[in-house]
Amino acid sequence: MSKFLPKLMTATALAATLAIPAFAEGFGLGRPALPEEITAWNLDISPNGDGLPVGSGSVEDGEMIFSENCAVCHGEFAEGVDNWPKLAGGDGTLADKDPLKTVGSYWPYLSTVYDYVRRSMPFGNAQTVSDDDVYAITAYILYSNYIVEDDFVLSNENFLDVEMPNADGFIVDDRPSSEYTIFTEENACYENCKDNVEITKRATVLDVTPDEAGTDQAAAEPVAEAAPVEVAVAEEAPVEAPTDVVSAAFDADLAAKGETVFKKCKACHQTGEGATNKTGPVLNGVFMAKVAHVDGFKYSNDMLGAHEAGAVWDEAHLAEFLAKPKSVYAKTKMTFAGLKKDSEIAAVIEYLKSVSQ
Amino acid sequence: MSDTQKDISPSRRAFLRGAAATGVGLAAGSAAAQGTPDPLITEKQDWAMTTGAGVDETPYGLPIKYEGDVIRRNVPWLTADPISSINFTPIHALDGTITPQGCAFERHHSGAIELKKEDYRLMINGLVDQPLVFTYADLERFPRENRTFFLECAANTGMEWAGAQLNGAQFTHGMIHNMEYSGVSLRTLLEEAGLSAAGDLSDKWVYVEGADASSNGRSIPMEKALDDVMVAFKANGEALRMEHGYPVRLVVPGWEGNMWVKWLRRIEVTAQAVEGREETSKYTDTLADGTSRKWTWVMDAKSVVTSPSPQSPIAHGTGPLVITGLVWSGRGAITGVDVSKDGGKTWEKARLAKPGEKMALTRFYLDTDWDGSEMLLQSRAHDDTGYVQPTKAQLREVRGENSVYHNNCIQTWHVKANGEAENVEVSS
Repeated sequence: MSKFLPKLMTATALAATLAIPAFAEGFGLGRPALPEEITAWNLDISPNGDGLPVGSGSVEDGEMIFSENCAVCHGEFAEGVDNWPKLAGGDGTLADKDPLKTVGSYWPYLSTVYDYVRRSMPFGNAQTVSDDDVYAITAYILYSNYIVEDDFVLSNENFLDVEMPNADGFIVDDRPSSEYTIFTEENACYENCKDNVEITKRATVLDVTPDEAGTDQAAAEPVAEAAPVEVAVAEEAPVEAPTDVVSAAFDADLAAKGETVFKKCKACHQTGEGATNKTGPVLNGVFMAKVAHVDGFKYSNDMLGAHEAGAVWDEAHLAEFLAKPKSVYAKTKMTFAGLKKDSEIAAVIEYLKSVSQ
Repeated sequence: MSDTQKDISPSRRAFLRGAAATGVGLAAGSAAAQGTPDPLITEKQDWAMTTGAGVDETPYGLPIKYEGDVIRRNVPWLTADPISSINFTPIHALDGTITPQGCAFERHHSGAIELKKEDYRLMINGLVDQPLVFTYADLERFPRENRTFFLECAANTGMEWAGAQLNGAQFTHGMIHNMEYSGVSLRTLLEEAGLSAAGDLSDKWVYVEGADASSNGRSIPMEKALDDVMVAFKANGEALRMEHGYPVRLVVPGWEGNMWVKWLRRIEVTAQAVEGREETSKYTDTLADGTSRKWTWVMDAKSVVTSPSPQSPIAHGTGPLVITGLVWSGRGAITGVDVSKDGGKTWEKARLAKPGEKMALTRFYLDTDWDGSEMLLQSRAHDDTGYVQPTKAQLREVRGENSVYHNNCIQTWHVKANGEAENVEVSS
């Protein structure tokens, strides 16, 4: 029996499971994976450093790279924006009522940070950061957690020297000994299991209205249930929407294609009724609006400058920006690299026209 | 009361419940009770006179519009963004055990992607004799199996640790679905690549990874990988839905849903667990003293009454009442379910619709004669390992109150005299 599998199977069954013919005959399906293909996909990094690329990055560079690529969700100091993950802080809170779990307070392995940032971040623009920049971002996250000093440079050479504060904070699943021995048939009661029963907590009380919410909420339930019927009716809305747009050049089919491409933008931008600023500003009415037109959104200084100068999101300006945002506004908070195809850019612009009032 | 109720057919009961749920009320029911002829019977109805939809109208059908409220729902405040988020299966409105794909809950970390079969590639690398690449067409040529399993997110019921929070079975227990999968055993694919290079298999791992931007990856011990894990491409007889990993996903029976990697693109045999984000910073369980359990893969036995429940109140008054729910165990087959109507003072055996199947949902019923009094309705699962589903107090005693995942506690619905129900917690 292996050391980490709690009684998954009986010993005999396990032995049978692991008995593999030395050279299975096989079906002759598939083809050999080429070295270049394995290199392209085999990116995972293990706690012992296996898989780490050669390279390095400093806290100093990391601060800038983090600010450009990560801060929009995770905050300038890795403290987190809105509901997005906080990456720093929470030291010593794990036994508290609401523990704050961050890279510093919780993550046991630094390899996990590098692995995750390199493969899965930035959100909506994954796998665009260079290996050295990932080292720099990782170094900056360590610095934000007071694990390293501001002159620290992280590399594949010193990677394993970094000590993660909660490295020893984990145990392997112990339910077989701590729970399965208690929650048993022998301990199950059927009659006179308790003297009296009282309601100690109600879902409706935790809700918005604490008093008499029980009846109100329950009475409101059928209404809530009926709401989706309206949603079904609203399915016809997209057909109606483009008719609101008074534009001679408007192409509804192209806008529909643009709506599909716009899925890439939805990670950060909302449109339509009830849209609010998220990671990026609401885009209703953006077409032909002044740059940085949404009140209450913290635009980059570049964009605010363009606003002052009277720049407008016309077709040409939008096209230029969507192709390569940072070439137009170097300091833009938008981490998206840009749309590669002209056809996609045209479609998205057409879609943005459709959400303009 | 029970005499007059006898002639009420199940379909009539369903009609009454449906009418009440949509706010139409019990007008038709009360008219019949007073002896007035039912116009639905005495008057010729449109549908009995004119023709309906032709066979060409709906090449692929959706449920009839009257079932428009049986849908997945999101709890927006749970997550920062709907693209990296979760929704919930409407279990309060379903029956049987198979979850239709169209309303089976979704959880994505970077959104559901559109990946064509033609563009699909699956790589096996690492400690294998020959690293391989398969196309979708290759996968279809391996011997296939059909097996039914539940998939439960480790966070199902996680919002209920601190107290009774969300008012509906869909929200408290809806991060679950149950489908019949068709696909190839992972063992077959690993053997095709050859495992002699891995040497002693007892301490080896299989790392699995998805093709989407989240690149979700998990480490699975080799024992499990060779035991019952499947590489599936069909569910409930048809192609997987985009949101469930089309064209190919992993099926890891009985283990937490995050391991069932969608859009599966790579399987790597490794000497150690990768300890990626989803197996360290997430899906680990912090205990009262701040220590955290890791590798808590298996989903323990659990059950919930799906009706009556807050979203499925009793709409028919006293008399025959079907209490029903779902029960499952990630460690084996369900052997029984107890139901309590008094908050756990006394328990009675419910009826399993079919004998429990390993790591699959089982439906239970308790056919009862409701006298209209309040109930504190609970259900309790038993599986074939001898495990009995614990109360929330029992779980808290072991784990404290800081856990999120793996909350398999007994759920309580307070059913009131008017038939409405509320999510509550009761004294132990």
